[in-house]
Amino acid sequence: MANANAQPTEQNRISPASYLLIVIRLSLIFIVLCGLVYPLLSTGLAQLLMPKQADGSLLKDSSGKVIGSALIGQTFTDPALFQSRISSIEYKAEASGSNNYGPSNPDMLQRTADAVTGWKAGNPEVPVSELPVDLVTNSGSGLDPHISPEGARVQIPRISGLTGIPAAELEALVDKYTEGRDLGLFGEKRVNVLKLNAALTEQTAE
Amino acid sequence: MGIVQIIVVIAILVLLVKPVGTYLYNVFSGEANRTDRIFGGIERGIFKLGGLSRREGMSWKKYALSFLATNVALVAFGYLVLRLQGALPLNPSGIGRMEESLTFNTVVSFMTNTNLQHYSGETGLSYLSQIIVITMLMFTSAASGFSVAAAFVRGITGQKSLGNFFEDFVKAHTRIFLPAALFLTLVLVALQVPQTLKPTMEVATLEGGTQQIAIGPVASLESIKHLGTNGGGFFGANSAHPFENPSPLTNVIEILAMWTLPASLPYMYGLFARNKRQGWGVFAAMMTLFVLLLSLNYYAEMKGNPQITAMGVDVSQGSMEGKEVRFGVPQSALFTAVTTAATTGSVNNMHDTQTPLGSITPLALMMLNNVFGGKGVGLMNMLMYAILAVFLCGLMVGRTPEFLGRKIEAREMKLVAVAILIHPLIILAPTAAAFLTDLGQGSISNPGYHGLTQVLYEYVSSAANNGSGFEGLADNTVFWNVTTGVVMLLGRYVSIIALLAVAGSLMKKQPVPETIGTFRTDNGLFTGILIGTVLIIGALTFLPVIVLGPIAEHLTLW
Repeated sequence: MANANAQPTEQNRISPASYLLIVIRLSLIFIVLCGLVYPLLSTGLAQLLMPKQADGSLLKDSSGKVIGSALIGQTFTDPALFQSRISSIEYKAEASGSNNYGPSNPDMLQRTADAVTGWKAGNPEVPVSELPVDLVTNSGSGLDPHISPEGARVQIPRISGLTGIPAAELEALVDKYTEGRDLGLFGEKRVNVLKLNAALTEQTAE
Repeated sequence: MGIVQIIVVIAILVLLVKPVGTYLYNVFSGEANRTDRIFGGIERGIFKLGGLSRREGMSWKKYALSFLATNVALVAFGYLVLRLQGALPLNPSGIGRMEESLTFNTVVSFMTNTNLQHYSGETGLSYLSQIIVITMLMFTSAASGFSVAAAFVRGITGQKSLGNFFEDFVKAHTRIFLPAALFLTLVLVALQVPQTLKPTMEVATLEGGTQQIAIGPVASLESIKHLGTNGGGFFGANSAHPFENPSPLTNVIEILAMWTLPASLPYMYGLFARNKRQGWGVFAAMMTLFVLLLSLNYYAEMKGNPQITAMGVDVSQGSMEGKEVRFGVPQSALFTAVTTAATTGSVNNMHDTQTPLGSITPLALMMLNNVFGGKGVGLMNMLMYAILAVFLCGLMVGRTPEFLGRKIEAREMKLVAVAILIHPLIILAPTAAAFLTDLGQGSISNPGYHGLTQVLYEYVSSAANNGSGFEGLADNTVFWNVTTGVVMLLGRYVSIIALLAVAGSLMKKQPVPETIGTFRTDNGLFTGILIGTVLIIGALTFLPVIVLGPIAEHLTLW
């Protein structure tokens, strides 16, 4: 089947040396094609056509200062800002990952219980039964930029109390930054915490 | 919405099977077709440069030898580059040479299409290594697997010869992987996956701190990682990392990228067999097993972890430990099932943190290793079970079994037995060995039954050439690098060579005419028998160890 006019019974066989040469030459061709031409051509085209996306979707505030990447989460320690999910790497994006605790791991259960206790202390106005589980669990990447819309909403009473911004305004802000499912179908509704906090910070500054 | 979005993705896949399967047939059948005009010129150039003016059909031995020799040459090249990367260009973050046992593990892992990663991409590889070793091996290992599968199908469907490995290898690149990967890269960049040679960025965060953000040529690796069912990520967190997989839409695209080619191979096989129903029968068996195991994962993950439910929080999202908010349980469960079925091994959620019953899904799909399967090997394994199924049926009725009009005799059955038995052997024996030594036990990071699953998962993933990990395992030690390296080699090459031998032997046989007494392999009854054979032979082997690991852990939680 290889070649319409080739026969498997062909008489003049290739010598081992020239056979080896074919293997080496073919390997070199594909090292160059797949290992250099393809990635460098990809990089060139991507940088030419879509430089913003190709450079990591950097996010700027209104003054034009880079405040991070729209795709990479950040730690927020100030209780007057929306908090991100738990990250075992504290959103240090030079690496990625999590502790990979199994579901029966006592350290994981303890960490989650501590997070729930901490939440109760910081947010006495909200019953714990409304606290969505994404806020007290570690994401897969440790860099999850999102929280669930419910996860943002339950933080409103705390932030409103600390900043004096009316809850209704914060709710409008959360609604504005809630991203729907992709194409109305795929994935989950979510809020980008960095974008939301950037907007909140500007609102507070005004 | 959860189940609806899963059904929509499966429906898209089913619609893609026929056009893509037909295209694959055109690539490998050698019949003249329209695509020759597009690719013919480039291929003639490559054949000329490679010294391949004559491309005669090969015997199975020669085909296997050419496959092995090419793989050895590429592995040697990769080894050298990784050992010397500190002194080579394109290393803006100044990364040093890789340690010997880790280098062995890494090149074997990528050549065998496993992509088990005992290093972390951000800190272990220079950009040059990422492209010229990792990306290059992702292409060549996938093309090798596809070529071998094409040869196997030619053999069992009685074509004139198994074909020429070098020609298949070139065509798999020029007509499938290179154009598809380039297109997919641009789609992913448009959807925000980075593609740059700039070094790690430093940004000032909103709260006034600094954040280092690792970046690089991600999209070009991401696309071939899925198309070639490779699975090795640019970053440690793999496709859970927002740069590798920024949105649910990219998640769906990556799922389809890794799933479509393996799922279309049964259709290609049907075209070679001149009986499309043969292909659909195999596809139906694969899809049935897939949906069963996907449902288990979805159900278990939606149910969540009872110990966290007991803390009183709102768990309506399901088990979110180790998952990303943008994917949630539905997109995570589907990704998990596809990546282990298609032996890709990329992860968009951490398999280690899944609920015990949920983690049976990735384990079982890798243990079966024939539900779609990666880069051609899945189809080969499923057809191997098909041969076993006709043999068992033949024994029951007392007839010499036949498959596609050829008698299945002692030689073929011996080879099939080798190919079937090697898989549990190289999983269970090293798992047991790891528990007998401190070297193995010392790496377990989770106490209790979960620790057993961690070790088991590592070897299952190596043997199935999957490459996903229960990443909690501290696996970058000489012990793990060497043992998993050997398991990956055996898992890849033993069954491929045995099955090529089966194909070579079947091809030489005289076809027997079909009679009323011929056992048909193109109807629903055979699909049912095939599923039964897979479950009885493939699944029962592993049942005891599943009981000791995930099921025991499940019972401690509930």
